[in-house]
Amino acid sequence: MSGDLFSYVYQFADVFAFLVLSAAGLAIIFGMMGIINMAHGEFIMCGVYVTSATYHMGLPLVLAQACGTAAAGLVGVVLEYLVIRPLYARPLDSLLVTLGVSLIATQGTLVILGSTFPGIGTPLGSFDVGVYTFSTYRMVLFAAAIGVLGFVYVLFMRTGFGVQARATMQNAAMARALGVPTSRIYALSFGIGAALAGLCGALYAPTMNLIPTMGAGFIVEAFVTVVVGGASVLLGTAPAAAVLAIIRSGLNAWYGQVIGQIGLLIAVILIVRVLPSGFSGWLARRSAS
Amino acid sequence: MFQRLNGPQTLGNGRGFWIGALAVFAVAVAFPAVADPYDVGNFAYFLIWIFMALGLCLMWGYGGMLSFGQTFFFGLGGYGYGVIEINIGAAHGGSLAALVLAVSVAALAAAILGYFMIYGRIGGVFFGIVTLSTTLALAAFVGQTAGPEWTVGTARLNGFNGMQGMSSLQLPWFGRDIDLEESALYYFLLVLLAATYVGLRLLVNSRFGNVLVAIREDPQRAELLGYDVRRYQLVTFVIGSLLAGLSGALYTAWGQFITPSSIGLPAAAMPIVWVAFAGRSDLTATFVGTFVLLFAFQTITIYSEQSALVLMGLLLVATVLFAPRGLMVGVGQSLARYSARRGG
Repeated sequence: MSGDLFSYVYQFADVFAFLVLSAAGLAIIFGMMGIINMAHGEFIMCGVYVTSATYHMGLPLVLAQACGTAAAGLVGVVLEYLVIRPLYARPLDSLLVTLGVSLIATQGTLVILGSTFPGIGTPLGSFDVGVYTFSTYRMVLFAAAIGVLGFVYVLFMRTGFGVQARATMQNAAMARALGVPTSRIYALSFGIGAALAGLCGALYAPTMNLIPTMGAGFIVEAFVTVVVGGASVLLGTAPAAAVLAIIRSGLNAWYGQVIGQIGLLIAVILIVRVLPSGFSGWLARRSAS
Repeated sequence: MFQRLNGPQTLGNGRGFWIGALAVFAVAVAFPAVADPYDVGNFAYFLIWIFMALGLCLMWGYGGMLSFGQTFFFGLGGYGYGVIEINIGAAHGGSLAALVLAVSVAALAAAILGYFMIYGRIGGVFFGIVTLSTTLALAAFVGQTAGPEWTVGTARLNGFNGMQGMSSLQLPWFGRDIDLEESALYYFLLVLLAATYVGLRLLVNSRFGNVLVAIREDPQRAELLGYDVRRYQLVTFVIGSLLAGLSGALYTAWGQFITPSSIGLPAAAMPIVWVAFAGRSDLTATFVGTFVLLFAFQTITIYSEQSALVLMGLLLVATVLFAPRGLMVGVGQSLARYSARRGG
């Protein structure tokens, strides 16, 4: 009996971690600049590939994962400078540009590295509760998701960068007038968003088959979490991920992964019909009134 | 009639343009007489995709709704045609009925999805990512239907291996059926496409089109002037998506085969690349630009499909950064200026 109960909690935690980790980077970039990064999945893929490559070069897994995160962050900063910066005033065009980058990255990886890449076995083994066996690493992923939320909280609420970033989010022109270096804030935010995407990839690298198109397996969940959550990571992404994880883990358990994804999508479309600016917009309005 | 084809919402309104257009049409009509059957089939294949490009042009360029869902409706139309045709047979107008029904399925889905998005006031970038998520979910769903339990009537979906076994279009003609293959299919598509192009030109230059462009320019102002913005957007979304469904149904009828890779990425990005490159603000530019890109893409694909897709990505990035209004529209506008200078 306790095994059954724990199994539900475990599945919820698993889906919650997936939603938070895959959406956090996307949400930071969206919240900061109003840009949806269509190449988000490819940043995740970058994190996965660099993690696996450095792991096979002999680094311990944790260091390899740090390399994957850093690599994606660096690529993000470069990309921001090259193609995002000219398009700050045109968010729809930055959607297109990042879609182009996504095509280049996926197909370019296919050309250069071929369709498969050596993977990493899932570490840490398993543990038993009741009659069921659970993967320990999945619990590490859940802890990592909580850690990411904590990191975002500290970064935005407890640091000088956070104050400037929030000021830029509220009113970029005014922040610039008061001496906030907004373009550096944008570049850093994009880099942090990309690094969090890389972290997502790095963390999931040991659980997946490595193919260049694997980014597409993350972005539906990332997109819908950001659509439901709205512009804020803490007030939006976290509650959205919690609600969606309940729906998704229930559907997964009864009907399987694909129906789970479709059900998730239908739920999102229904939620957005009622809450057009997502959870964070709804919470902001409630606290304002 | 002729007056209504021209207006402020389209490039190419003069007599010179229409003489040129008729000449192109005449060349297209004469083409099968001089080309070999393989090329005719190939050109028919190009024509199939232009419907969905024109649909996206209407939604995005005229209506300001950037939909990434063209291949979602393409998939519904394509799989819809296959499922219905296999179940009712091609004879006695069966395949034409399957075509109409499949397009209706796509239109109905567009009405439902569009209702929730447009009446839920999902705009801007969210419109794009909700449509893309829907598209990827359909691709994932169809991809896992390989098992024998996934059959509709007698039609087997067959997962990633693709659905097959449907027959091509057959036109009932005084008691006997004309099999629409090669030249016959080419002429059928040519007439259908010309009618679609003319119909869309009538639409965008009508009162409806003017209101639609006003909404694109400033939804709030249009609403304050008393127009129900959401109704205009929903109708536009249904028409644009229906054309994608038509492309899908025609594609399945053309090749008697469809797989989920026609729905997911990178296929879903292709209509965006065509229309962005060609110039979303004009139907003619989209028409010509899409044809040019399809031709170029196929030529490069012979050597390497991945490289062709990388080039498409580069083209999209370059277009957005350096010619945000599209290349073909730029060419069209300089042509118009040139002829105005000469005429004036």
